[in-house]
Amino acid sequence: METREDLLVVDRLKTQFFTYGGVVEALDEVSFEIRLGEIFGLVGESGCGKSVTATSILGLVAKPGKIVSGRVLLDGENLVEKSEQEMNRVRGSRIAMIFQDPTSSLNPLFRIGYQVAEPYIYHQRRPKRQALKDATEILAKTGLPDAVEKSRNYPHELSGGMRQRAMIAMSLTCEPDLLIADEPTTNLDVTIGRQILDLVKDLQREFGASVLWITHDMAVVAQMCDRVGVMYAGTIVEKTDVRTLFRNAKHPYTERLLRAIPSAVKSADKLEEIPGSVPQLIHPPTGCRFHPRCDHVMEICSRVKPVELEVEPGHMVACHLFGGEKEAT
Amino acid sequence: MRLSTYILRRVAMLIPVLLGVLVIIFVIAYVIPADPARAWAGPRARAEQVQVLEERYHLNDPIYTQIWIYLKNVVLHFDLGVSPTTGRPVRDDLKAFFPATFELAMCAFFLAIALGIPLGVVSALRRNRPTDHFSRVIALTGVSTPLFWSALLLQFLFYYKLGWLPAMGRSTIDITRYTGFVLIDSVLNWNWTAFGDAAIHMILPAATLAFYSMGYLVRITRGSMLEVLEAEYVITAKAKGLPRKIVIYRHALKNAIIPPLTVLGVEFGWLLGGTVLLETIFAWPGMGRYAAGSIVMVDLPAVVGYTLVVAMIMLLSNLVVDILYSVIDPRIRVGGKRR
Repeated sequence: METREDLLVVDRLKTQFFTYGGVVEALDEVSFEIRLGEIFGLVGESGCGKSVTATSILGLVAKPGKIVSGRVLLDGENLVEKSEQEMNRVRGSRIAMIFQDPTSSLNPLFRIGYQVAEPYIYHQRRPKRQALKDATEILAKTGLPDAVEKSRNYPHELSGGMRQRAMIAMSLTCEPDLLIADEPTTNLDVTIGRQILDLVKDLQREFGASVLWITHDMAVVAQMCDRVGVMYAGTIVEKTDVRTLFRNAKHPYTERLLRAIPSAVKSADKLEEIPGSVPQLIHPPTGCRFHPRCDHVMEICSRVKPVELEVEPGHMVACHLFGGEKEAT
Repeated sequence: MRLSTYILRRVAMLIPVLLGVLVIIFVIAYVIPADPARAWAGPRARAEQVQVLEERYHLNDPIYTQIWIYLKNVVLHFDLGVSPTTGRPVRDDLKAFFPATFELAMCAFFLAIALGIPLGVVSALRRNRPTDHFSRVIALTGVSTPLFWSALLLQFLFYYKLGWLPAMGRSTIDITRYTGFVLIDSVLNWNWTAFGDAAIHMILPAATLAFYSMGYLVRITRGSMLEVLEAEYVITAKAKGLPRKIVIYRHALKNAIIPPLTVLGVEFGWLLGGTVLLETIFAWPGMGRYAAGSIVMVDLPAVVGYTLVVAMIMLLSNLVVDILYSVIDPRIRVGGKRR
């Protein structure tokens, strides 16, 4: 499965949260790979484990969470086994992250310029003065108007869009190999969000980074991503390139998800929704986690967890509809 | 508005507050069922003597006239009246006793900060581990032990049982006074024996006084730090790959220090108030003991003078806190925009 072009390989990653109420199985053997220079989208409803996937890759799973098993390979190096100190050299330098809410993700007590400059100071050991100067340069690159002046501002003095630009600048300081974007446009106006999407795409091309783009918005997926993984309740149910996903989705969950997108052309009187709700992950459904809500549910679905099958080249689906006879594993 | 303008305005606001304080003390003094003049004159005084005192202190005038006379003297002559028990001007008495109290309160204050804030931070970082439990027990003991009780216990242990520390007084060596602060004066005299002597006398009362404030600070700091450690900007800092020390002491602590700072302003006033009891227990020759003695003697001029001084310090320490706020948090700019 690993090829030379894979920058990041997430291999059967299992992250669990050990709460008083029980063990929350947030990620159940999640596997995907991100190739060099591609934008890989991770879609799914809230609470399906998209963000946990991101924090697991960075080794920042909040307590009481823990990576139980699986590997995260960056250029062949397993990040799960790395020490905290070794991970600190990866974070912000080789893998950087943009968060959902730039308002709460920027420290209110430090100037924008300093916050952007920090990776220069701590990863690249540049002198502070130089780092601050370089910070204004990268801020200007993200299209922040009056970058020199704005870098002396505090976060509360900037607008939401400007703050997100600052976050992006911060993530690009060390020219990371992988950029993780966790719904970076959700809290922005549609127009501003649009600008941010274009910006990330431009910068991604310029810096040649790979991107893990986390979103619940299918429209964003269509616009941004090269390949997509569809997540449901801590598992990846389908994985393919964007065109195939929209034309030839196989998994019942993906199908229903696509049918739930509002369309200006079709103007159906009512949007279709998926019956039921996202399951509690303390006691996830047995077998296939989607089976209680699935239209095509079969007897086997509640018993056996479906394995990933390649239904056509590069198109993986984890569903018994496409390989019912193989009951093994 | 400039910072200096802001400070001036805040200082000007002291006036109505102090006026309010003044009125309240006068009303209380007026309604208490005691006959001050008789108490001052002594049990065997003749009626004429009592009458002389009543007239001298305007005790038979209506309360508003009393307040008016008092105010006039304070504003025009900076005169707080004469204490009927010591026979000296209250102003001179307070001036003489203030340094001892202020020195004690300052020592206790810095002791509380130096122990309370680090302990709170460590407690938060080691949440639910033995270190945390230990510091929480200390903090809880601090906030729930009455001052007189911990004072007696410490005296019993360190003076009576172990004999390590003196239990009474401020110093035993006479030195030339410049400032009235023994620790500073002994240094100015270049007399290190006197300094050591003063320091040893300071330990027990300052530690007792600091105990409560420290406990309170530990609790506030711990809670605030725990909250900040989960804030998204701290996660951002971690995701940037910053060293743990930078994440905690720069990104988290700077935010977490704001709530404890708020408490400090009030806390300092509390420390000053706490000295009334403490100075009596430790025979500390300060303003607190003076106030305690004055209360017993219904020495109204002394009580009013003492209350005004404490109220003023309380207000000033809160002003200092408000200014510190704006230094730390750019979102709080005192009196509007400052560039």
